[in-house]
Amino acid sequence: MEYEAVIGLEVHVQIKAESKIFSRVRAGYGHEPNKLVDPVVMGLPGALPVMNKAALDGIIKAGLALNCTIPETCKWDRKNYFYPDSPNNYQITQYDQPICDGGYVEIELPGKNRGEMGEHKKIKLTRIHLENDVGKLNHFADDSLVDYNRAFTSLMEIVSEPDMHSGEEAFAFLTAIRQTMIYCGISDCDMEKGQMRADANISVRPVGQKELGQKIELKNLNSITGVKNGIEYEIKRQTRELKKGNVIKQATWRWNADLGQTEMMREKEDAHDYRYFPDPDLMPVRIDEEWKAKLQAEIPELPWDKQRRFMEEYGLPYSITAVLVPDRVLSDWFESAAKQQPKLAQAIGNLVANDLLRELSEAGQRLEDCKITPDSLLGLVQVVEKGTIPKNVANKDVFPEMFKSGETAEQVIERKGLKPDFDEGQVKVWCQEAIDENPKPVQNYKDGNEKALNALLGPVMKKSKGKANPQLVNKLIRELID
Amino acid sequence: MSEELYYKSASELSELLDKKELSAVDLMKATIARTKQVEEKVGAFNSYDEVDALAQADASDARRAAGNSLGPLDGIPVGIKDNLAVNGQPLTCSSKMLEKFVSPYDATCIEKLKSQGAVLWGRLNLDEYAMGSSTENSAFKTTSNPWNLDCIPGGSSGGSAAAAAAGQAVMTLGSDTGGSIRQPASHCGVVGLKPTYGRVSRYGLAAFASSLDQVGPLTRSVKDAALLLQAISGHDERDSTSYRTETQNFVAALEKLRGRKWTLGLPKEYFASAADTPAMKPVLEAIEFYKSLGCEVKEVSLPHTDYAVATYYIIATAEASSNLARYDGIRYTHRAEKFDAKDSVDIYCQSRAEGFGEEVKRRIILGTYVLSSGYYDAYYLKAQKVRTLIRQDFEKAFENVDALLTPTSPTPAFKKGEKSSDPLSMYLSDIYTISANLAGIPGMSLPCGYSDGLPVGLQILGKPFKEDELLAIANEFEAAHPFKDQHPSL
Repeated sequence: MEYEAVIGLEVHVQIKAESKIFSRVRAGYGHEPNKLVDPVVMGLPGALPVMNKAALDGIIKAGLALNCTIPETCKWDRKNYFYPDSPNNYQITQYDQPICDGGYVEIELPGKNRGEMGEHKKIKLTRIHLENDVGKLNHFADDSLVDYNRAFTSLMEIVSEPDMHSGEEAFAFLTAIRQTMIYCGISDCDMEKGQMRADANISVRPVGQKELGQKIELKNLNSITGVKNGIEYEIKRQTRELKKGNVIKQATWRWNADLGQTEMMREKEDAHDYRYFPDPDLMPVRIDEEWKAKLQAEIPELPWDKQRRFMEEYGLPYSITAVLVPDRVLSDWFESAAKQQPKLAQAIGNLVANDLLRELSEAGQRLEDCKITPDSLLGLVQVVEKGTIPKNVANKDVFPEMFKSGETAEQVIERKGLKPDFDEGQVKVWCQEAIDENPKPVQNYKDGNEKALNALLGPVMKKSKGKANPQLVNKLIRELID
Repeated sequence: MSEELYYKSASELSELLDKKELSAVDLMKATIARTKQVEEKVGAFNSYDEVDALAQADASDARRAAGNSLGPLDGIPVGIKDNLAVNGQPLTCSSKMLEKFVSPYDATCIEKLKSQGAVLWGRLNLDEYAMGSSTENSAFKTTSNPWNLDCIPGGSSGGSAAAAAAGQAVMTLGSDTGGSIRQPASHCGVVGLKPTYGRVSRYGLAAFASSLDQVGPLTRSVKDAALLLQAISGHDERDSTSYRTETQNFVAALEKLRGRKWTLGLPKEYFASAADTPAMKPVLEAIEFYKSLGCEVKEVSLPHTDYAVATYYIIATAEASSNLARYDGIRYTHRAEKFDAKDSVDIYCQSRAEGFGEEVKRRIILGTYVLSSGYYDAYYLKAQKVRTLIRQDFEKAFENVDALLTPTSPTPAFKKGEKSSDPLSMYLSDIYTISANLAGIPGMSLPCGYSDGLPVGLQILGKPFKEDELLAIANEFEAAHPFKDQHPSL
């Protein structure tokens, strides 16, 4: 029998905001334990939550970017459960009236090869709602201590429909969400800092069966690769069990990345009763058209739109766009050069995607701090285009210097004496000599074989001791023959 | 110290302070002396800090000497119910759970009092977490009714009412979730006012039931109630349920609205049951008084009154079960010394079993039950719907009348222990006050006479944010019936 997996994800994303969701305390990471607290965060008697508008802006923006409907009103509910990391022993969340309804995430699956665009799919969302994050338990030999620095940070929960069927799709889903969030400035989605976390519901059923199989919940997926590996492992495990005729029991499992396997945390006893009810401390929120329109206007062009446009407008190959587009800063950087000379876009794209990224990574630098500017990079491409220097010299000798010193291409060429010390007239003389010495390829060219002239390139380069610019040589030879 | 001083009103004392005929330190000393003199009998205080109070009074005198008085409350001792956060002071909620907790911050109403120079004086006893109608549920002590020490002072703000009645503070703050200011005010013969929900910030008030709780004054005179209400009310951005309204001058309103011919309603459901009880006599006489002033008095109907107590105990306990979940033995609360620490659940269970009293546990269990899945629709959701009907009853009644007159409590103060084994009969002692909290409207209790030597209160219920009218109506009565000058013999 053939089996198929059905996967739904719950993705928690911390919203980037100055202060916490229901308090004025600043939000942050990496501080001494229990420094980012106040009476609200500590759940002291008498403390009351007050909504932080920045968190609402963030989630509405996320909802708009992920194609959700934003209802006119949403309200706050309490989810009651006891756990030491939760200061009030209830979480303020949204039960039946979330801020974002429905929506979908467009994902791309890997193509046949790096140069080819993969299949695009839409993964449906159930909802996105907002809630407060909880603190963190630190376990020691004899004690467990609680750090509430993270408590009350704004957290949104993106809930997908059971609409995915492989670890690969889940990987693509998280990647797409992450890129969208970063593009919109909603979150940095740094999984190491807990800014993005995912739980997966995974079930397996015989192909053709309509009802879902018994699901298990996979927790602790704290890297995108972990999500992929954990899900794939779990699908194999469940399929194996089913093939053996065993029953899958409802349970919570965790992914152990070190061992590369899933482990059972607990079998689900009775379903937990969270005793949701409307939070009497917070008023429902009304979201009007004006508010939505203002946030909609702040949403930049999203990754897939940008990628399609780069391919169309600049004729860039898929492989280059696949490097540029996922990074909004990098793609903007590229475009501020490319839009000045769309015809040179591919040359610019190549330099950015290959040379610039390599230099940055070697120098351990961020693009924002880099000395080379889009304009100076464009200058380099233009110098090559004019035939002043050959492309290989530009890439190998000029670009790294520009990167280091911040000089323009001309300045580097001047300083390092890279400009050939013969003028166009001399090259022309060599070209004429080559034409005269090689009548056969010339004749072939005249007979219609375009490529025949390539045979003249070598002799000219030899005469110039390799310093002539091949593009210029080509141009001059054609001029002389035609 | 002379009786004239510790039973004077804030407005009189303020004049003396301004005229330099009295110093705030001397006033505080008199208050401390009076507190000590009667505290053994009354038992209104959970704790007080003389040194701190005298330092505050001294600072007040220094301001006045420098010509920088902060207004009529500057130097006036105000007693605080022990469920309001005062920075550096214990905040016990009369619970073992918070016995050792010291608040690291000020409630908004406390901040406001400080900014107006009031001297914060002592922590007043209450029913644990404000749950009760007799102050017998305190984990620490039972407060006595100053008029009859065998009787309860009412609750949950029993300490606040008793302290005001006994001259242990010039004025006090209480909180009212279902009548917790008005009922003890009635039993102790003082003025108690529950403001409109949203009028006074709840920030810093240890929550019992968030959608019902409201902080308000207990004072010996109507004018003092106006003064204290004015001091603590106003929008607070730290409380999302705080209402954006202009601050009114309630003291000035007393003069401005004097002599107005009010249309007053008598809810027939409130009078039907208890018309011939002895406690009703002063109330009926008070109604006659308003008629004699030329006010129109007419019968109105609040048809959903019968459901108020049941509705209240569903909503209040549901919210309480969630609000009190934070008292768990993990952070700042009582932790059971011995617990079988297999897991955190053991810490919770044993700490909460030790830390909470019977009534609190009873309500947490009830609240947990009404919210649990399968029962939510039948109880909580239904109660919310009835709550809307109750609010609409009032809206309809207020189309025809300015305010409603009712008894505050079905009986005068009862004997200690009389109802403590019968929670249901205790719950019914709030039958006339509970609806106002469900509807969010303001209500006050005003001393209107005695029954067997115990004070009886007249309740005045008003339209939302019309506290000025309630105070003016009460003021007419007080001017003609100066019960404020009658004091218990202690």
